[in-house]
Amino acid sequence: MSVDNNTKGKIIAAQGNLMTVRFNGDVRQNELVYVKTEGISLKGEVIEINGDTAKVQVFEPTRGIKYGDEVVFDRELLSVELGPGLLKSVYDGLQNPLEDIAKEAGYFLPRGMYLSPLDKEVKWKFTPIAKPGDSVERASYLGSVPEAVIEHKIMVPFNFPGKGTIKEIKPAGEYTVLDEIAKIEDETGKVHSVTMTQKWPAKFPIRFGERLFPDKPLYTACRIIDGPFPVAKGGTFCTPGPFGAGKTVLQHQISKNAHAQVVVIVACGERAGEVVEVLREFPKLDDPQTGKKLMDRTTIICNTSSMPVAARESSIYVGTTIAEYYRQMGIDTLLLADSTSRWAQALREMSGRLEEIPGEEAFPAYLSSRIAEFYERAGVVLNKNGDAGSLTIGGSVSPAGGNFEEPVTQSTLAVVGCFLGLSRSRSDARRFPAIDPLISWSKYLDRFRDPKVESSGKRIDTIKMAQKNLVEGDEIGKKMSVVGEEGISMEDIITYLKGEFYDAVYLQQNAFDKVDTATDANRQQEQLDIVEMVLRKKYNFENRDAARKYFLNLTDKFIQWNYTAREVAEYKEQKVQILEMVKG
Amino acid sequence: MLKTYNKIEKIKGSIAQVKAENVTLGELAHVRLKDGRSTLAEVISFNEDDVNLQIYQGTKGVSTGDQIKFLGRPMQVAMGDSLLGRVFNGSGDPIDNGPEIMENKIDIGGPSFNPSKRIIAKRMVKTNIPMIDMFNTLVISQKIPIFSVAGEPYNDLLARIASQTDADVIVLGGMGLKYDDYEFFRKYFSESGALEKTTMFIHTASDPVVECILVPDMTLAVAEQFAIQNKNVLVLLTDMTAFADAQKEISISMEMVPSNRGYPGSLYSDLASRYEKAVDIDGSGSITIIAVTTMPGNDVTHPVPDNTGYITEGQFYLNGGVINPFGSLSRLKQNVMGKATREDHGDLANAMIRLYADAKKARDRESMGFRLSEWDKKLIKYEELFEERIMSLEVNLDIIEQLDLGWEILAGCFDKNETGLKNEWINKFGKWDK
Repeated sequence: MSVDNNTKGKIIAAQGNLMTVRFNGDVRQNELVYVKTEGISLKGEVIEINGDTAKVQVFEPTRGIKYGDEVVFDRELLSVELGPGLLKSVYDGLQNPLEDIAKEAGYFLPRGMYLSPLDKEVKWKFTPIAKPGDSVERASYLGSVPEAVIEHKIMVPFNFPGKGTIKEIKPAGEYTVLDEIAKIEDETGKVHSVTMTQKWPAKFPIRFGERLFPDKPLYTACRIIDGPFPVAKGGTFCTPGPFGAGKTVLQHQISKNAHAQVVVIVACGERAGEVVEVLREFPKLDDPQTGKKLMDRTTIICNTSSMPVAARESSIYVGTTIAEYYRQMGIDTLLLADSTSRWAQALREMSGRLEEIPGEEAFPAYLSSRIAEFYERAGVVLNKNGDAGSLTIGGSVSPAGGNFEEPVTQSTLAVVGCFLGLSRSRSDARRFPAIDPLISWSKYLDRFRDPKVESSGKRIDTIKMAQKNLVEGDEIGKKMSVVGEEGISMEDIITYLKGEFYDAVYLQQNAFDKVDTATDANRQQEQLDIVEMVLRKKYNFENRDAARKYFLNLTDKFIQWNYTAREVAEYKEQKVQILEMVKG
Repeated sequence: MLKTYNKIEKIKGSIAQVKAENVTLGELAHVRLKDGRSTLAEVISFNEDDVNLQIYQGTKGVSTGDQIKFLGRPMQVAMGDSLLGRVFNGSGDPIDNGPEIMENKIDIGGPSFNPSKRIIAKRMVKTNIPMIDMFNTLVISQKIPIFSVAGEPYNDLLARIASQTDADVIVLGGMGLKYDDYEFFRKYFSESGALEKTTMFIHTASDPVVECILVPDMTLAVAEQFAIQNKNVLVLLTDMTAFADAQKEISISMEMVPSNRGYPGSLYSDLASRYEKAVDIDGSGSITIIAVTTMPGNDVTHPVPDNTGYITEGQFYLNGGVINPFGSLSRLKQNVMGKATREDHGDLANAMIRLYADAKKARDRESMGFRLSEWDKKLIKYEELFEERIMSLEVNLDIIEQLDLGWEILAGCFDKNETGLKNEWINKFGKWDK
């Protein structure tokens, strides 16, 4: 809390977590405040100013607040503390470290306890990159420290004014985040002391450099995504679906397998039990890319459904800011938010208390612009130091009644580059992942056509051919359920069976099988090559039963092959058998 | 010093407004009515010295001159073993003619559990009901609703679970209950002997609507205290749709903007903050929640079951008096199946459900007048045995007995190689003649 602040306020009205505060002096919109009550200070945020009163939303339970309670204005906006030590951390929606809180307070989350997000005592091994006399600006590299799985770049603070000159920089050595590592003189001659940590307001994007077009795929090891509905590094995708369709399992799969260097998981208003699985398992699971543990590349922001609703909104921004910070170092980062609907509901609750005119389903009218702003924070950025980093954003959506016509899903679809729609009918038919290949789309697929690499175009054409077959097969399937198999020509039956085959062996993937759960790019290509042969082949069968039997057999063999690890001897044998069946 | 006020300025819905000083949000007040009744009330908002009170017993008959005394504390509930075997209303007053309990009062609606202190659930809850234990095993700290419709025996099912479970303590929260239902629970528990380890908070349909909202908080606050004291607590809530409807009624009377079919925008959070009290505390007790959600018009996309489905860890569908094996799902069952139970559990349960699904198709063929194959006949025999000996809610068997019964039924209907089960299990547990 700033000392030079003369603005004072007191509570004059309260309802739920919305306070009306009368103040003297100046107040900033979205400024942080602390309400002093019952011997503790509760964090809040200014959301409306009118004359000498301001409306404040308090992030914590407000029981015990009374008329006349003192309010302290902080001058700062809701900010995120950045620096080495973010990875492996578990924070709440206001960046409180949950494990430290548990050490202090035990089982329950007390109100008004705010602990430092970064460990101030641990020493980091700093190596300077810049030298005295260098001309720098905000986000220029000063040095780096190894953090978990990455080289964490220490940068000139993002709020540094204009150009500067390095006066002093510390030699290689071990320092805490609070130790001064450089002195930089700005254009007015003022000398700034720089440490390894800085604060940045969560609702402002960190994006210094040139935005590049996202045209490289982000491998997820999930075939239905990497194949027909790929995601670009620096792109956006959403996974809407009814309850029980497997949104969270899919998000966990992506968070484990995606080819990103840093993953930020925001558990926003969902079940605590699901976060616990991540919390308990990630420190034990190996990261196939680095050989270290998955937790080493992960930061978790955890504001589960029973935690304060007001902090749900901030949890999304806190997570995004951390991910952008790593992108600024030239790192590929991935942000997964589960679920953006709960965040939208938090906006709706506050909008209702402010008595704003409601939009559709009582969501505020600014819902779609907020959603757009959030997804726009994704992107590829080439920083001034010459490194390109990316931030990919994936949000799950929980539409009421599983109906995609509702406002959150619709506003999201308008701004994302890839739509992975989970459907009840797929999950009921146990076709997992339950991403419906008939409704999903990706705008990135054609972007990956690299004119210099012939195979990239061929792969895309194959996938499109397979998708076309799937759509035709589905139409035939529908017809068949009306007129019966007898009314369908042999040719159509074969198209139908080919579509089912492609669905069963390629689009579906068993998350509980230790081999099939993640398929790398090479193996995906190997599988797709055989699928292509089958789909392109002109088959002649004696009768329908023979056709059915053939495809059933082929599908079974293929799935067994999918379950076989590539190192095992049977892998080749099984492949040969499948090829014989296809060619024979 | 407790201050007393004698002037109510405004009365609307369940809200009364008084001018008062030094009053805090969430504080409790005692209202003494001129006609001799008295009720509790809670401060829900203030604007300078205008204080809005939500009157627990409703404002019917409240006079502008009634006496209001602020108590300087939020709503509390008594705590301790003396609660066991007792019945209270939503305000925490005894309704079983027993003495009032004043000891160890604790605040209701306490803080939420730190997620980093949670552990992965892996202990089984035994209910001795095959449709639960065998096919959709409950796990300690799970929260699961029974999706049903009015007229189905969901309260019978809850009572049966309560009487057959191995939980240390049962806390029942009844909302919008018919008086007969309340009597049924009381009788059933006292006859089965479960009453001694049970505390009940009961709101009947004729009680004031505000008390309905208090029931889950009272119930869960008591459960939490037992759980901290190393007890495995089973919480039963019936019916959460009545709770949601009470939220709707109150928020509309407070002129809040409704979001979906009149329910407040906070419905998801209101439900989640209660269900999320379910927990398995590392090195101590636990809370498991089974809640009834009646679906108006048997529509699972209705806001109450829909929001519930996003919060809970699976659901049981109760229709036609039995737990439907197809829609029902325990999301945590794989944490215990074959691990906390016997090794053949998972495979046997899957095979039995698959065969039952096939049997249903055979039944369809039969009803359409097709000629039945030998295999169809076997399936139909299996279907009859399955429904009679496994699906009936009357069955009360230990999980090992349930598994053996499963093998017995399979042996009675099919040949060894027709079940699709691993030879390893067949040789070890199968009931076929060797």
